Amino acid sequence: MKETQTIEVKNKATETTQRISGSEAIIKCLIAEGVDILYGYPGGAIMPVYDELYKYQGKIHHVLTRHEQCAAHAAQGYARISGKVGVAMATSGPGATNLITGIADAEIDSTPIVCITGQVPSHLLGSDAFQETDIIGISTPVTKWNHQITKADEIPSVMAKAFYIAKSGRPGPVLIDITKDAQFEEFDFKYEKCTAVRSYKPVPKTDSQVVSQAAKLINAAKKPMIVWGQGIILGGAEQELKQVIEKAGIPSAWTILGASAIPTSHPLNIGMVGMHGNYAPNMLTNECDVLIAIGMRFDDRVTGKLDTYAKQAKIIHFEIDPAEVNKNVKVDIAVLGDAKESLIQLLPLLEEKTYPEWLQKFKDLYAIEFEKVIKGDLHPTKDGLTMGEVLKEINVQSKGNAAIVSDVGQHQMIACRYAEFNTTRSNITSGGLGTMGFALPAAIGAKMAAPDRDVVAIIGDGGYQMTIQELGTVFQQRIALKIVVLNNEFLGMVRQWQQLFFDKRYASTEMTNPDFVAIAKGYYINAQKVTKREQLKTAVREMMTTDGPYFLEVCVEKEDNVFPMIPSGASVSDIRLS
Amino acid sequence: MEKHLFTVSVYTENNIGLLNRISAIFQRRHINIESLNTSASEIEGVSRFTIVVFMTEDQIKKIIGQIDKQIEVIKAFYHRDEDTIYQESALFKIKSDLLFEERQIQNIIKESNSRIVTVNRNFFVLEKSGRREEIELLYRELSVYGIMQFTRSGRISVSKEEMKISKMLEAFNH
Repeated sequence: MKETQTIEVKNKATETTQRISGSEAIIKCLIAEGVDILYGYPGGAIMPVYDELYKYQGKIHHVLTRHEQCAAHAAQGYARISGKVGVAMATSGPGATNLITGIADAEIDSTPIVCITGQVPSHLLGSDAFQETDIIGISTPVTKWNHQITKADEIPSVMAKAFYIAKSGRPGPVLIDITKDAQFEEFDFKYEKCTAVRSYKPVPKTDSQVVSQAAKLINAAKKPMIVWGQGIILGGAEQELKQVIEKAGIPSAWTILGASAIPTSHPLNIGMVGMHGNYAPNMLTNECDVLIAIGMRFDDRVTGKLDTYAKQAKIIHFEIDPAEVNKNVKVDIAVLGDAKESLIQLLPLLEEKTYPEWLQKFKDLYAIEFEKVIKGDLHPTKDGLTMGEVLKEINVQSKGNAAIVSDVGQHQMIACRYAEFNTTRSNITSGGLGTMGFALPAAIGAKMAAPDRDVVAIIGDGGYQMTIQELGTVFQQRIALKIVVLNNEFLGMVRQWQQLFFDKRYASTEMTNPDFVAIAKGYYINAQKVTKREQLKTAVREMMTTDGPYFLEVCVEKEDNVFPMIPSGASVSDIRLS
Repeated sequence: MEKHLFTVSVYTENNIGLLNRISAIFQRRHINIESLNTSASEIEGVSRFTIVVFMTEDQIKKIIGQIDKQIEVIKAFYHRDEDTIYQESALFKIKSDLLFEERQIQNIIKESNSRIVTVNRNFFVLEKSGRREEIELLYRELSVYGIMQFTRSGRISVSKEEMKISKMLEAFNH
C-alpha cells in the first residue's frame, strides 16, 4: 500500500512539462512506473536509450545479459517472484527477434513484462535497412499488445499504456518498438499513468448470482475437488483460497503454475494434476462429483484426453479471461472475474464441511504412489543418485523456504513434484511453452527481485547448455544464485519417450558433456561435482551456506524415468505408475 | 457439429497492425477466411471488420472470445446469414463492341439490376451489388461473351439486432 502512495506522489511531481529527448523520456517513464532493474543488450538502434541509462545509472540498474533471449527470461523471473512488471530491452533486428522466445513464454504463462526494442529510423522503415526487422509483425501473435512509436511525443502515453496492459487483468507481455529518430527527437515531456483503455476490459465484474449458484453446487457435493492454477497467485488470492479450502473441507490440487500458492504441507493439499502429477488427483478427477477449477485453463497437459476428462462431474470454472471458458472443457458454471474477488464472495456462502471418506481415497492412492514411485525417488536403495533425492536434500536444507526455478524436462517434473513450498511465488518454471534454457536467466531475474530469498535453479544438462553463457551475468552482477545441474548425460524426457513410445531408439538424445565445474570456475563461481550419495548432504549444505553464487553438478542415474505419467492423448485415469 | 457460414463483425479502434492480430487468430486454427472487409463504422474513429468464415458454432464462439480479448477490439459479434442483411459488390470490365453487337447483353444488364459505371470506346464497366448467387449468375451469363476483368468485394453486412457499441463507449466515458 505504502509503495503505491509514493509512486503516486512521484507522478504528481512529473506533471510539470520539460523538454527532453525521446530516449530520456523512456527512462523517465520506466522510473515513474517503479522500475528499478531492467535486463537488456545494447546495439545500434537502441544506443540513444543506453546513453540515457548511463546518465541515470544511480536510479535504474541495467543488467547486461549475454543474450537477448535471457533478458526476456530474466524479466520473467523478476515478474514471477515479485508480481511487478519485468522489463527487457534490445536493439532492432536480431536483438528484437532474440526476445521472441521469452515473449512467447510470457504470453502463454501470463507473465507481465514490457519489452522495449530499438528500430531503424522511421524514414528507413520497410526498406530492408541494416538490422531492420518487422518486429511488430513478428511479435503480434505472442504479445498481449504491441505498438511502434515513430514520434517522441507518443512515448509517455504508449509507455503508460504498456505497463497498464502488461499487469492488469490476465497479465502478459507487451512490446514497444521505438524508431531511432523518435529516440533523438525532443519534446515536452509529461507523464500520466494509464488507468483505463476504452476498448479493453481487464477484469469482468463478478456476478454474485453466479457465485451463489456455484456455492449451492459446492455445498451439495459429495465428492468435490478443487484444482487451482496460477490465477490464484496472479490475483493475490492465496489467503482467500486457503479460507475456502479450509471452510469447505475440499481436497485441492494444483497445476504446475499454481504450485506454492498453498503450502505443500497443508492437509488438504493433495498434489499436482497433469501428465506427471500425482496419482490421486489425476485418478479422482474422474471420480469427483463437482470439479472446481480456479484460475486455471484446462491445458492439454492437465486434462489428457478431453473426451474422458471429468465427464461424471459438474464443473465450475472461476476465470478472469472469458476466452478460456468452454475453450477446452465445457463447464456447468462459469464464474467470470478476479479470483480474489470471486472467492471473497464465495466464502460466506459455503457450508463448513469435511469429507473424511473422500479425503481418505486420496490418501489411499497416495500410499500406492508412495510405494511404487515416491519411495524409490526419495529414498533410493540403488547405487545411482536420483533427481528426487537431490530435491529432498534441498528441501531439508532450505527448510522449504527457497524459490525453485526449474528448466524443462525430467528434472522440472521432479522439482515440481518434490519441492516443498512454504511461501507463494516460489515455483518459477516454463509451464505452457516448455522453454529449455529458461531456468538460469529466470533465476537471475528472480534472485535480483528478491535478494533476501534463497533462489535455487534446478536445471538439466541439456537446458543448461542452451543459456549457459548467463554465468557471465551471474559473475558480473555477483548474483548469489544457487545453480544445480542434474546431469544424466541425456535429454532425459525425450529419451524417456523414446524408451516408452519409440522402442528405445535414442535418436540424438545422448549428450557428451563438458566439465561443467571447470566452466563455472572459469566464471569464478564456486563449484562442486557430486557423483556419490554420501557426498550429497555436505555438498548441498556448502551450496546453501556459501555467500554468493554456487554451482553444483549432481551426476544422476542416466536412464531413470519420471512417473506417474499420463501418456500423451490418454485419459487422466489411465495414469501409469511404471 | 454442422458447419455454417458466419458473418463476424468486429468493432475496433482504428489501429495499424490490428488486421494482422485478428487474421492470426484464424490462421493458427487453420481456418480459411472466405471474405474480409474493413471500413469505417457508424461511430467516428471506430473501424469495423466484416469477416465471413465457414465453421461450426462451437468453433466460432471460441474465436470470438479470442478476438474480443485483443486490446484494441471494442467488441466482436457473430451472426448467421438469416440474422443479417448482407451484400457483395462486383465489377465487370467488358469490351464496348459487345454492347452494340450482342443485343442479349443489354437484356442481361437490365434483368440483373446491374449498373453501367462508365463506357468508353474500348470497354465498359458494369457494377453489380447483391448476394453472392446473383453475382455468380451474372458472371456465368457474361462469361459467354468474354470478361476482360472481374473483381468482387468481400461481404458487407449489418445485423438485424442492435450491436450496442455506442452504449459501451458511452459507459466508458462516464
